[in-house]
Amino acid sequence: MLRPVRLVFGLLATLFLLAPLVAILPLGFTASLFLEYPIPALSLRWMTELFTAEIWRRSIVNSLIVGAGTTLLATVLGTLAALGLRDRLLPLSGIVRIFCLLPMVVPAVVMGVGMQVLFVRLGLANSYLGVIVAHTVVAVPFVLVNVSAALAGIDRRVERAAASLGAAPATVLRTVTLPLALPGILSGAVFAFATSLDEVVLTLFVAGPNQRTLARQMFSTIRENISPAIAAAAFLFIAGTVLVAGAALLVRGRLSARG
Amino acid sequence: MTDPFIRLDRVSKAFGGVTVVDDLDLTIGRGEFVSLLGPSGSGKTTILMMLAGFESPTAGTVSLDGARIDRLPPHRRNMGVVFQSYALFPHRTVAENVAFPLRMRGMARPEVAGRVARALDMVQLGAFADRKPAQLSGGQQQRVALARALVFEPAVVLMDEPLGALDKQLREQMQLDIRDIHRRLGLTIVFVTHDQGEALTMSDRVAVFNKGRIEQIATPREIYDHPRTRFVAEFLGETNLIDGVVDRAGAGTATIRVADGTAIEAATHHALASGEAVTVSLRPERLRLSPSAEAPNALPAAVADSVYHGDHIRVRIDAPTGSLIARTPRGAPEWDRGARTFATFAPGDCWVLPR
Repeated sequence: MLRPVRLVFGLLATLFLLAPLVAILPLGFTASLFLEYPIPALSLRWMTELFTAEIWRRSIVNSLIVGAGTTLLATVLGTLAALGLRDRLLPLSGIVRIFCLLPMVVPAVVMGVGMQVLFVRLGLANSYLGVIVAHTVVAVPFVLVNVSAALAGIDRRVERAAASLGAAPATVLRTVTLPLALPGILSGAVFAFATSLDEVVLTLFVAGPNQRTLARQMFSTIRENISPAIAAAAFLFIAGTVLVAGAALLVRGRLSARG
Repeated sequence: MTDPFIRLDRVSKAFGGVTVVDDLDLTIGRGEFVSLLGPSGSGKTTILMMLAGFESPTAGTVSLDGARIDRLPPHRRNMGVVFQSYALFPHRTVAENVAFPLRMRGMARPEVAGRVARALDMVQLGAFADRKPAQLSGGQQQRVALARALVFEPAVVLMDEPLGALDKQLREQMQLDIRDIHRRLGLTIVFVTHDQGEALTMSDRVAVFNKGRIEQIATPREIYDHPRTRFVAEFLGETNLIDGVVDRAGAGTATIRVADGTAIEAATHHALASGEAVTVSLRPERLRLSPSAEAPNALPAAVADSVYHGDHIRVRIDAPTGSLIARTPRGAPEWDRGARTFATFAPGDCWVLPR
């Protein structure tokens, strides 16, 4: 008796999650000048616009630059933090962990204002490095959580065995710990990239006109002229994210088959 | 034991104020197979972890071949460790697992390959070199772990309940294999177990642990036949304990008066005083059930229960001193419940323990 209920509930929940995408994606292929239904005819004009109009092309490149930088920095920092906070060796490690996770809950506006003031002082305002640092702050928690979970799944005795067989601590880390944590590190990296792509609020505060990212560009376009280019950009966004996540899943699958 | 190869000198270990190992001395000779036997929490695994370098003693010193090692990190101790959970590298093949310690020692590739092949042959896993650990059975994984711990010819091999996760048949086969390897390679092995049968069959000496101390360390025969304390007597196999008072103490024997006034002649190594309260340990397999009381020691009893075990029959009898268990050989007359009998035994078959 419960089965049909569960099925219907599952479908509704899925629909609820997908509805916004279903609403926006077709508009990326409209021939109309406005973001509106019904679609008069299908066209690739807005897709072409994304890659030809300097302002859109530039924002895509910026998103890739900032996303790559953020992924690299956040993955390295988050993995190091997860390793350091692994053994509760420090009496304050619990507090340190909470601090590292704080950007997940602190309102982005609050951090944005703080960063703007701080970055001006540090000379990081309106620079790629500034935007990357800002995005890294919000991306690190995702890496920390993912890598910590992966590390928790490693049998400590495997590392002890490596040590007893003659591996110095750094060698144990390189040959045992990191390879075994790799799936978690990979997940964290994907989350970091997705977070950076999606980040608007901090970008508004710290980025200059030259660091306008795709998300930021969509945000201002929607205020100015509601062009269907936004929908086309949204499509690009989704496609990119699905592609990156899919690739990560594939590599993860390979890794676990290997283990 | 001529050569004190491993030496623990007044070692203590406390975790957050709880003493796990308490002022313990232990010496192990070169080439010796010593089992650390005891219930969980008795400190035996902590001793092993201190030998391996994963724990450091709170007090006391650990030395190997005359040199102190208690401050040496694990990777510089040159000891092979075998864990109950195998602890193989899941992301590496069997051959890569076994090659690991050799690569850590910077050995050249051709030599590594030769040694790995020989080590895998030794544990009969030559055909599995390219498999991943997850593709092997538990017994095979443990043999890989063994090969990995032996391939670099360590001074000492430490084993932490290595057979605990295996089923009975496999465990017995592995016991024989490990004993055989020990003898062939002349290794020094420290073997932690809570299985008394395993300790007795494999070891040169057994150290019985209780509450962070060694109750007794001796050969399996000595420890089984002549336990020093009640704890040792009870932990190693089954035994009947009969309380009594020393009536007369002689050289190597004593007369013990038990509950109903019966006098028991028993062997002892302890210096006993007349009137001292003691316990007599009597192994079930040494107890005979006889229709007559014509034996040096005889307790009148009634049969309470008789259970067939295949290779022997377990008979529970009620004597004035309490319930006793006897293992009678198969083929011996069957006993009906309630039958009157005598529990008889020679003085050399029972053993006096101080209380």
